[in-house]
Amino acid sequence: MQLAIFWIFSVLMLLFAGLVVVMRNPVASALSLVMCFICLAGLYFTLDAFFIGIIQILVYAGAVMVLFLFIIMLLNLKEEVARRLKLSAFFGGGLVLCGFVYAMVKAVINLPEVWQTAPKLETGGISDVARIGFKLFETYNMPLQIVGVILLVATIGVVFLSSRQLR
Amino acid sequence: MDIANFAEASATLGHYLIVSGLLFGIGLMAVLLRRNIIILFMGVEMMLNAANLSLVAFSRFHPVGGGPAVDSQVFLFFIITVAAAEVAIGLAIIVALYRAKQTMHVEDLDSLRF
Repeated sequence: MQLAIFWIFSVLMLLFAGLVVVMRNPVASALSLVMCFICLAGLYFTLDAFFIGIIQILVYAGAVMVLFLFIIMLLNLKEEVARRLKLSAFFGGGLVLCGFVYAMVKAVINLPEVWQTAPKLETGGISDVARIGFKLFETYNMPLQIVGVILLVATIGVVFLSSRQLR
Repeated sequence: MDIANFAEASATLGHYLIVSGLLFGIGLMAVLLRRNIIILFMGVEMMLNAANLSLVAFSRFHPVGGGPAVDSQVFLFFIITVAAAEVAIGLAIIVALYRAKQTMHVEDLDSLRF
């Protein structure tokens, strides 16, 4: 059953990811990316990472992609006119991609116990969110505060960037 | 495959790593093939999410104390937070760029080219 859910979500995810590259209209690309992230959250659920899956839907498929769509509609982007592809860039990119795929396949094959199914979990009734919450507020309290400061800095930076005219 | 086998079957670490590698490859293709700067940015986000997927897979397949390795999920929480901040700043830069140059095409944005 878990395997079937894994296949459904991963095939859908890769399909929508491919649509992001293929679609000419930026709005269609952004909506495909939303679906891709939702399917990725489904994959997180198959890995028993429920909290991360919900965060993925809320933050990525919700907030981040709404920001993307908002910017696309704000700038009123039209469909991209096809220009001639630069052959040198195309082959250079293909070379990089082939090298990456080779390195990845080699790494996955050499990994020990890569084709074994996941060990059974014995959580003792403690939920995923409780575990992460305790870890976050006890062990990683200081990084949590720093992340808050990072969000503040990002907010100030965005206001600064969008309020004055760049030349 | 009979019903009992089907109910018991579950994906291995290799499955998840291959899917995450494919997602990374598609994101890389988006960055290399498309010339619209917003689509390029979406490709970068896709690659980031591919890395996140492999991190979650490793946390599930190497359990600590009976549950998934929670440290990596906390780490992922921080990654997602920082990524949200990064997207906000990146889109603000894109809007400023569009205001200055009136184009989204990367080949028209060549004022820094040597």
